[in-house]
Amino acid sequence: MEENKRLVKVPTMAEMAANGEEPEVLFWVGCAGSFDDRYKRVTRAFVQILEHVGVKYAVLGTEESCTGEPAKRAGNEFLFQMQAITNIEVMNAYNVKKIVTACPHCFNTLKNEYPDLGGNYEVIHHSTFLQQLINEGKVHVKGGEAFQGKRITYHDSCYLGRANDIYEAPREVLAALDADLVEMKRVRANGLCCGAGGAQMFKDAEPGKKEINIERTEEALATLGGGNSVIATACPFCMVMMSDGVKNKEQEENVKVFDIAELIAQAEGLSK
Amino acid sequence: MIGVENIIFLIVATIGIGLFVWQIRNIRKNVLMGRDLDVTDNPSERVKKTLLVAFGQQKMFKRMLPAVLHLFVYVGFLVINVEVIEILIDGITGSHRVLGFLGPVYTALMFINEILAALVIVSCAIFLWRRNVTKVPRLSSGVELRAWPKVDANTILVTEIVLMLALFVFNIAGLKLVQLQGGEVAGSYPISSAFVNIFGDNPTTLHIIERVGWWFHIIGILAFMNYLPSSKHFHIIMAFPNVYYSKLLPKGKFTTNPAITHEIKAMLDPSYQPPAPEMDAEGNPVIQRFGAKDVEDLTWKQLMDSYTCTECGRCTSVCPANITGKLLSPRKIVMDTRDRMEEKGVHPAIFAPNHYKELGEERVEVTDEKTLLRGYITPEELWACTTCNACVESCPVNIDQLSTIMDLRRFLVLEESAAPAALNSMFTNIENNGAPWAFSPSDRFNWAEDLYVPSKN
Repeated sequence: MEENKRLVKVPTMAEMAANGEEPEVLFWVGCAGSFDDRYKRVTRAFVQILEHVGVKYAVLGTEESCTGEPAKRAGNEFLFQMQAITNIEVMNAYNVKKIVTACPHCFNTLKNEYPDLGGNYEVIHHSTFLQQLINEGKVHVKGGEAFQGKRITYHDSCYLGRANDIYEAPREVLAALDADLVEMKRVRANGLCCGAGGAQMFKDAEPGKKEINIERTEEALATLGGGNSVIATACPFCMVMMSDGVKNKEQEENVKVFDIAELIAQAEGLSK
Repeated sequence: MIGVENIIFLIVATIGIGLFVWQIRNIRKNVLMGRDLDVTDNPSERVKKTLLVAFGQQKMFKRMLPAVLHLFVYVGFLVINVEVIEILIDGITGSHRVLGFLGPVYTALMFINEILAALVIVSCAIFLWRRNVTKVPRLSSGVELRAWPKVDANTILVTEIVLMLALFVFNIAGLKLVQLQGGEVAGSYPISSAFVNIFGDNPTTLHIIERVGWWFHIIGILAFMNYLPSSKHFHIIMAFPNVYYSKLLPKGKFTTNPAITHEIKAMLDPSYQPPAPEMDAEGNPVIQRFGAKDVEDLTWKQLMDSYTCTECGRCTSVCPANITGKLLSPRKIVMDTRDRMEEKGVHPAIFAPNHYKELGEERVEVTDEKTLLRGYITPEELWACTTCNACVESCPVNIDQLSTIMDLRRFLVLEESAAPAALNSMFTNIENNGAPWAFSPSDRFNWAEDLYVPSKN
């Protein structure tokens, strides 16, 4: 593949505006996608898919700032609104109409909480976006790693699932891999949180007898039954919590945690 | 035909219903302590939700066994009430089985009634078993299940069984009497027929038994009705309005405080004119707290939630924090709200039993403050929440536990700056770096370096 690859120049809204262009969709990267080493790989995988399919997209680059979501869940409505109003000013100046993001927390806030503050956009999560690409036949899930028969279990993100009733899109994306999709006992509306939502990601857990991510990882591992298998996530916080859980259980050799975009990029032969 | 007995009945019924109306007025007063909230939008969607979730018991069916048993009790309650209406009319006018003229419909109704009454007895017995013998965890453990909630639950179940038995006694004695007189029986009574001889065949005794059964049933119902406002059993009424007024928006959408929006807009743009503040009766501006410290800072819907709570513990049993041993229990948040509201407002009942016995576990370190926050609910509980909405999803009567948790959190942060230190660092990072971690904003786009895709041939 070495000789057949090209360097991607990720377009920014500023460049597009300078050229008098508007993208079809703004890819909202989010803080985890921008800074967290593990989730940066998800961002890159998703961009590879966008490039591969030829979607006209752009990012805000350094003009992007935290949506304010963790501040809002922590009760700091003031800081949340400061962030939101500033971001809305930036996006409205670029005449943004459609946003895709790989973070369910950004997704929920942009979609449900920005309209009250003057930010009205069509916001979709990357799971829905990927599902659409697959349904439209733009992604064939061929040419890369084969997942046939591989055991995969999908961990529902609260902010995608219960918060926004998106249960099927990530599952349909995974179904395209033709893998052996197994479900945990607590799924969909009854899914168990990874433990990171509500700003828990940024603090130690309150005193208790167990960490929530361990409880959830145990359930995932029991469902997968060991062997060479995958826990699929669609949220940067879930990714961290499940990865930590797998490490804690010393199963990282057997069980990998991947975002659905990474799995699609691998299956499509986009990532090295 | 109106005799002394009817007059006594009329007096008893008036007192019973009057007392109930008085209690409902007090409850209304308590609920209206809460902040205003406009939830009159989208009536058709609300009616649909009420039909599905309240009438249709939709969310109960996440757990099959209790759902089916509860359905028997619920349908029994609805259908047997038709006979109660008849009892009321009979009681006032001195008639006997006044609805008998309905013919086959009446026959079918009485038949179904007897079957349902038997199912109610069986269901309640199983419920008692689950609570007291097998001790289903959500029904028997948790700091919020103090002495009163446990007594309350058992009282309800025993009362329901006794009321149903009284109905059978009334039916059996009445049936035998009619048979002895050689008359035609209005209605069909499959179960009472089987036991028709148990009270002998002395008409005087039978008549007394029939009257005692009748009086016991009707007084029982009036007493039970007046017991409701002190009980978790109040959900049989409150579930309907509570579901009707429940949140129609996506669960992930939390409320936005417009007062804060005006403040920020004025900060960013000095020429921005915020709307004039709301004035109270004396012409002073109304200053509302940010978030909630006490019950009056919550909305009336959040207060109504607490009157609707049936203390089933489904919320707590699915709460990730609770499952892993944290102090937080969504059910406690709701029950505390009700207790505090009645402490602060009017107690609707004849007695105030909610505080009977202190919390069972030492770990909930409440203070003497007379507020919902700290006096009842501790910051440790609030900070354990992952805002995952599992509690909200699980609630069969559409209580929004999470909204109350969030409003209490907001007070801690916005009015007291009392967030855990780690969260304060996160706030500072967002303010300074535009990210919850301490990364430089100029590095935000570094992820895009050296990114390759296969080129298409």
